Amino acid sequence: MELVISMTIGVLAGSGLWLLLRPRTFQVIIGLSLLSYAVNLFIFGMGRLRVGVPPVLDPSVPTNLALYADPLPQALVLTAIVISFAMTALFLVVVLAARGLSGSDHVDSVERGS
Amino acid sequence: MTFADHLIIAPIIIPLFAGGLMLLLDGRRREAIAAISILSTLALLAVAITLLVSSMTQDPAQAVRVYLLGNWPASFGIVLVADRLAALMLVLTATLGCAALLFALASWHRAGSYFHPLFQFLLMGLNGAFLTGDLFNLFVFFEVLLAASYGLALHGSGRARVSASLHYIVINLVASTLFLIGVSLIYGTAGTLNMAALGERIPVLDPSERRLFEIGAAILGVAFLVKAAAWPLGFWLPTLYAAASAPVAALFAVMTKVGCYVILRLGSITAEAAGGASIFFAEGWLFAIGVATICFAAIGMLASQDMGRLAGYSVLISSGTMLAAIGFGGAPMTSAALYYLVSSSLTVAAFFLLVELVERGRTPADDVLAVTLEVYGAEEEEDEEEEEEVGVPIPAIIAVLGVAFIACALLLSGLPPLSGFIAKFAILSSLLGQHWLAGGGTVSPQGWVLLFVILVSGITTVVSVTRAGIRTFWTFERELPHVRRVELGAVALLLFLCVALTVQAGPVMRFMQVTAKGLELGRPYIGAVQAQPRITPMQPEQKP
Repeated sequence: MELVISMTIGVLAGSGLWLLLRPRTFQVIIGLSLLSYAVNLFIFGMGRLRVGVPPVLDPSVPTNLALYADPLPQALVLTAIVISFAMTALFLVVVLAARGLSGSDHVDSVERGS
Repeated sequence: MTFADHLIIAPIIIPLFAGGLMLLLDGRRREAIAAISILSTLALLAVAITLLVSSMTQDPAQAVRVYLLGNWPASFGIVLVADRLAALMLVLTATLGCAALLFALASWHRAGSYFHPLFQFLLMGLNGAFLTGDLFNLFVFFEVLLAASYGLALHGSGRARVSASLHYIVINLVASTLFLIGVSLIYGTAGTLNMAALGERIPVLDPSERRLFEIGAAILGVAFLVKAAAWPLGFWLPTLYAAASAPVAALFAVMTKVGCYVILRLGSITAEAAGGASIFFAEGWLFAIGVATICFAAIGMLASQDMGRLAGYSVLISSGTMLAAIGFGGAPMTSAALYYLVSSSLTVAAFFLLVELVERGRTPADDVLAVTLEVYGAEEEEDEEEEEEVGVPIPAIIAVLGVAFIACALLLSGLPPLSGFIAKFAILSSLLGQHWLAGGGTVSPQGWVLLFVILVSGITTVVSVTRAGIRTFWTFERELPHVRRVELGAVALLLFLCVALTVQAGPVMRFMQVTAKGLELGRPYIGAVQAQPRITPMQPEQKP
């Protein structure tokens, strides 16, 4: 499972970075989204990967913290997801405004060679 | 728990509610919205000054105030901490906020919708970032202030602003992902995000974990350097600040300082654990980055043709000087750097406001024309002879603006007699004094580099600002800028504060020295946060 998760994070982050360096704003947005997915998975992984253990205290489980998953990274991921979602939406609006004002979807608002 | 203890959360609550209230009001009721904005910003200033005064007591228990949100012990719950440094930054933010708001009320706040709510949210994010005691909340407040700053940077719209904001947003989103990676690595290794708890946890880390922790800290540090616009990461700044509307740019002047503040804060908390070195970067890197930033900004300043970019590069110089001084280390240097921080933030903000006033009577073509005239100087002289009359008076408004401009130039370049000089003098004297004057030792090579770079950056500032001033004020055919009294008042307020800093340099410097000493120890902060008792409820609940 560790291998699958780490490969997923690697592929997402790699594709995200590559897209981020592309000249079109749409590619940049997708790149940022992929990068934020990779980061969210990474935060999740930092709480140690556990399968089938509850993060919230459960009366039926003995009171031993080793039997629980770490809830804090999950809370952090939730916050990070909300924030990155909002930022992507905001960025999309700015991209549309830039497209409208300059007539180009290049990140510099200027087409090369024109 | 007295009322004064609850005051710590006020700098976050006040702008939050004020901003929310404005959003509920009809956007056309400008007077009401502006009134709320003024009240809230003034209240912020009052609260910040109260916190600053209360942090100045000798009693160490009072000097670091801790506020437990949700009443959980510090290592589990969220804490706000107000110590001298935080209070100082709060006062600085509120002061710049007041000046920028005053300036904006004249005309700029009508240039687009939601200026005032965004302004309040930016203040909230800044205050939160200065007060927070744990890393993840720092991230959240960073996002709050960034989201507001995106909106404000776009205020007034127009192609230049949208294009500059596009770059700004992408860079900061990437920086946020770096921030998250750093935070999660730190959590994964140290098991806590509370800054005080981190200070205790680092020394007992396993060596294998320790390496990973340091990688996390370095990634986090890169995110802060993006905020501070350090050299390879700060190319977005001059374009954005030149494009942003003047009051916004003036408030943004304190935003780069957030990065410096966090590096200072985390450095102080972890200094003991890390054996005196910064946890973010290996020995000397922060210093090298700071020096590179100053060099880049000095060259950029010489090359910039319009005054907005000039002001943008002066932000970079101030941020680079801060970073280099922090990287150099030592309490005397830190205290000088703090004085420089206050003085340079006020100056840069005043300069942004002033530039906008001066540029009002000009069109972009004038700048190109001026450069062309400089290169092909022949035409110019003929013109002069035709038009020059004996005793042409300088219009009053130009005279006033000119005096303010000279004050700004003196402050920016660090020439006597204003506070810019005192700040640079303090940096240089602590540089030389540490090794030379006191102990008879020699100044380290790093010290000579910093000395040289600071002096050279001062000279380039003089050259480029004077050149811009000559081009602007000593021309003949120009429309007089239409300037309102309020706008001049905002500039005058900032410059007056710089003069006050100069006159009261002794007490201010002593305050900074105590602050820097407190930062060097780090231990009182950690102790105060960890020892903060929970509040026991008035009536204990009955257990079922």
